[in-house]
Amino acid sequence: MNEVESLLREHAPQVLAALVRHHGGFETCEDAVQEALLAAATQWPVEGVPAKPRGWLITVASRRRTELWRNETARQRREETVVLLEPAGAPPPPDVDDTLTLLFLCCHPALTAASQVALTLRAVGGLTTAEIARAFLVPEATIGQRISRAKQRIKASGAEFRMPPPAERPARTAAVLRVLYLIFNEGYTASSGPALHRVELTTEAIRLTRQLHARLPGDGELAGLLALMLLTDARRPARARPDGSLVPLAEQDRTRWDRAAICEGVGLVSAALTTTEVGPYQLQAAIAAVHDEAERTEDTDWAQILGLYDLLDRLAPGPMVTLNRIVAVAMVYGPATGLAQLDRAEADPALAGHHRTHAVRAHLLDLAGEREAAREQYRLAAKRTLSVPEQRYLESKAAG
Amino acid sequence: MKYLIMIWHNPKSRAIWESFSDAERAEGWRAYAELNENLIASGEMVISEALADPSQGRRVPAAEGQSLATDGPFPEAKEQLAGFYLVDCESYERAMEIGAMVPESALGLVEVRPVLAMNGPDM
Repeated sequence: MNEVESLLREHAPQVLAALVRHHGGFETCEDAVQEALLAAATQWPVEGVPAKPRGWLITVASRRRTELWRNETARQRREETVVLLEPAGAPPPPDVDDTLTLLFLCCHPALTAASQVALTLRAVGGLTTAEIARAFLVPEATIGQRISRAKQRIKASGAEFRMPPPAERPARTAAVLRVLYLIFNEGYTASSGPALHRVELTTEAIRLTRQLHARLPGDGELAGLLALMLLTDARRPARARPDGSLVPLAEQDRTRWDRAAICEGVGLVSAALTTTEVGPYQLQAAIAAVHDEAERTEDTDWAQILGLYDLLDRLAPGPMVTLNRIVAVAMVYGPATGLAQLDRAEADPALAGHHRTHAVRAHLLDLAGEREAAREQYRLAAKRTLSVPEQRYLESKAAG
Repeated sequence: MKYLIMIWHNPKSRAIWESFSDAERAEGWRAYAELNENLIASGEMVISEALADPSQGRRVPAAEGQSLATDGPFPEAKEQLAGFYLVDCESYERAMEIGAMVPESALGLVEVRPVLAMNGPDM
C-alpha cells in the first residue's frame, strides 16, 4: 500500500462520520465521500498531499454532498426551499472523530452479516468495492449491490447517526465484534497467489479492532478479540508451505512465529481475564496463548487448555467447542478416554457425520496406534470438508 | 458461503414444458425473472446462466484419435444440466430456500451443492 492509499484509508471513516454527523443521510454522505476519495486518489499523487488531508477531504466531500442532495431533491419544492435556505459557503462540518458511531451504524441489526461486513469494510475500513469483491471472490457488481442495499436498509430502518442507547449497547457491541471476527477469519488464509489480498483483511480487522479497543479499553471481550486475532495471526508465517498447503499447528516451525504479536496478545488477554468479566473471546484467546507460549509442541500445557475448554463449554457451548475439548481430554487422559467421549458426543446431530468429527476420530485413532481405522476416518473427513487446503491435508493423512 | 444451484432436465420434464400453454410458459419465465431480480437486489446473486440443449454439447476427446462417435456427449445420463445459479448467501438453509424458488424444484430437479473454499482453518 502506498502513502496516499494508507492516508486515505485512515481518514475515510472519520470524514464519512463527520459528514453524517453534520448533515445526516448516510446514503448520500457515503456516495459523496467515495467521490472525494476518488478525487484525492487521482489528484494527490500528481499535485502532492495537501497540508491538512482530512480537512481537504471533508471540504470536498461536503461540497459534493450538497450537489448530490440538490439533485435528489430538485423535484420536491419544499425540500428545494430548505436547500436554498442553507447559506452558501456554510462552514464544513466540525472535524471530530465519530468512527465508533459509524462502526455501530454499519453493523446495524437490520442488515445480514454479509452486508454488515461489506459495508464496514468500505465505510470504516476505506476499502474499495473492487478490493472487497476480490477478497470474497465474487464479482464487483455483487458487492456493489450488497452495499447499496445495506444503505437503503439503514435508511428504511430510520437509524440515526448516534451511539445506540445504553440498553441496546451490549447486543450491538456483540454484533460489531462478530463482524470484525468475520473479517479476520475471511482473511486468515494459508493460500498464496490470488488469495494474498486476504492478508489485507486480517491486517484491516486487526487495525479496526485496535482502534476500537483504544476507545473502549474497559471492554474485556473486545480486548479478548484483539488478543485472539494477534495470537492467531502470529502463527501465519509458519502456517503454509511454499506450495500453499497447510501446516498443522503441531508441525509448525515455531521459531517463525511473530514473538512481538504473541507478547502483545498474551498481555492483553491476561489483563482482560483478571480485570473484566470472562467471556468467550477471552477464553479462545487464552487457549491460543497457551499454544503460542509452548516453545515445542510437546511442551504444550494441555491440562491448562482442557481447563479453559471446560469454562468455554459452560459459557458458550457449541459442537466445535465439544470436539476441541475432546482433543484436549485425549492429550491429558489418553486417546481411549477421548474416543469414549467422542462416541457419546456423536449423539448430537450437529456432530454426527460432520467432517471434523471424522478428523478428530482419525487423529485419536492414530494416537491409539490404530492406523487402518484412522485412514478410513481421514478419507471420510476429506470427502466431507468444504475447504480445499483441508481436503488436501486430510487426503495426505489418509494416504500417508 | 457460495452454493451452486443446478437445474436438471430429463425427457419427462422437457415433455411437461412442451405441453404447456403460452400462458403457463409466461408464468414460468415470470417466476425466473422475479427470482433473478430478488437475488440481484439482495446481493446474493453471483452469476446465473441457462445452458444450450445437451445436443449442442461437445465432448473433449480424452486422447487424440480416441474420441467416440455417439448420439450425444453423455447419452447414458438420464438427466442433463439445463442451467445454474451461483449464489453467495448466509447458510445452506438459505441456499435451499433459493433453490426451492426455481420452478423445476416442483419436479425434484434442482440440486444445491456447497462450493469448496480455498482457505482453511488451523489444524
